[in-house]
Amino acid sequence: MSVSLNFSQFIPTIPFILQGIGVTLKIVASAALLGFAFGIVLALFKIGRIKLLTWLADLYTSIFRGTPLVLQLMIIYFGMPQMIGFEIEAFPAAVIAFGLNSAAYISEIIRAGILAVDSGQREAAMALGVPYPLMMRNIILPQAFKHILPALMNEFITLTKESAVVTVIGAMDIMRRAYIVGGDKYAFFEPLLIAGIIYYILVMILTMLGKVIEGRMRKSD
Amino acid sequence: MIKVVDLHKSFGKLDVLKGITVKIEQGEVVAIIGPSGSGKSTFLRCLNLLEQPTRGQIWIGSQEITNRQTDMMKVREKIGMVFQHFHLFPHMTVLENVTYAPIKVKGMSKSDAETQGMELLGKVGLVSKANEYPSRLSGGQKQRVAIARALAMSPEIMLFDEPTSALDPEMVKEVLEVMKSLAYTGMTMAVVTHEMGFAREVADRVLFLDGGQLIEDAPPNEFFASPKSKRAQEFLEKVL
Repeated sequence: MSVSLNFSQFIPTIPFILQGIGVTLKIVASAALLGFAFGIVLALFKIGRIKLLTWLADLYTSIFRGTPLVLQLMIIYFGMPQMIGFEIEAFPAAVIAFGLNSAAYISEIIRAGILAVDSGQREAAMALGVPYPLMMRNIILPQAFKHILPALMNEFITLTKESAVVTVIGAMDIMRRAYIVGGDKYAFFEPLLIAGIIYYILVMILTMLGKVIEGRMRKSD
Repeated sequence: MIKVVDLHKSFGKLDVLKGITVKIEQGEVVAIIGPSGSGKSTFLRCLNLLEQPTRGQIWIGSQEITNRQTDMMKVREKIGMVFQHFHLFPHMTVLENVTYAPIKVKGMSKSDAETQGMELLGKVGLVSKANEYPSRLSGGQKQRVAIARALAMSPEIMLFDEPTSALDPEMVKEVLEVMKSLAYTGMTMAVVTHEMGFAREVADRVLFLDGGQLIEDAPPNEFFASPKSKRAQEFLEKVL
């Protein structure tokens, strides 16, 4: 058996693969934003007093955690046009699928974070006449986020890596481009390795970013 | 003025308050004492509806707060509360703790709130800590900030729930001094406390609770010199 790795022939293709970073980041950032915002709403439903909303939020979470992400993505991209009567582009389909999926996970993280805030904080806010929405926004959630930042970063890292499944709907992300290059040259190992390195560096940057934010939030300790 | 009529509170099957009727006049300082589990904290927490009474009425001034139509948030603005464990907002500086509610709840401008905040911090002797976070303060300092925070809403009534119980002994005095000077300004105060010295010296009346009932209601000199009930006698023997 002979090992024949030849990276030199792939050097010209690297800019093409690197262009995928923009696509990946756009999908991840939009999905993270959507997932985070919707995750907060779901978490508030879960801890709220309205039983119907709690039930709906729990049901939502159980469905999105209980089925494969790639299936959710394919239902939205390939399946939904049948229902709504028009095609969905790969980019919005990916953002919606990843956003809705991570909202389910993020809502659980945020719920745990809210419950971990000392109940005295709520009482102190109530005693000052602070209305519920303000109390959540200014007092409870900021403290909850400090506790859950590592878990939240974890979720964003997972999202970055899992975004590679958009390949199945043809979005031109890092993964897809590496795959195309591989097909072009009849050699997959090298371009996939390059893609792997790019993902790893992205995740490392994300990890560092998380540490910086965490450090900044610690200033009140 | 606070008027409480036949106040009951149960947690499940446990009856914590069994019909308390009492009146606290404007400007009065009332010390609420009694053995642990007597319901004194629950009683205090009912006065701003942190606990929802099971039965009975509470009036703050001319407003019946136990009436469901009353906007509780508005009422709470008029009632300051100080907790045993301070409950300062840990992610805000001392000054931000004191200015948050006036700005967000009352709509005071930031600069007005800060001027008032610094004034209040002056009164509790903590101007130098204005920009520190609560984690850098001692227990006594935290409680003084908590008092300033409550006062920043210009309340008509102040409730204190065992304000010195979580403090190291050497810090009790600084908090009691602040409370004492507050009492002399004519603030209406209800204080759940184990500090018999404070009750004796500062309070106009002592309410002795036991088993969810108001057993005695008397001026401190009378109460401490000659408690009428056997339960109060036994309690005082243990604590004095």
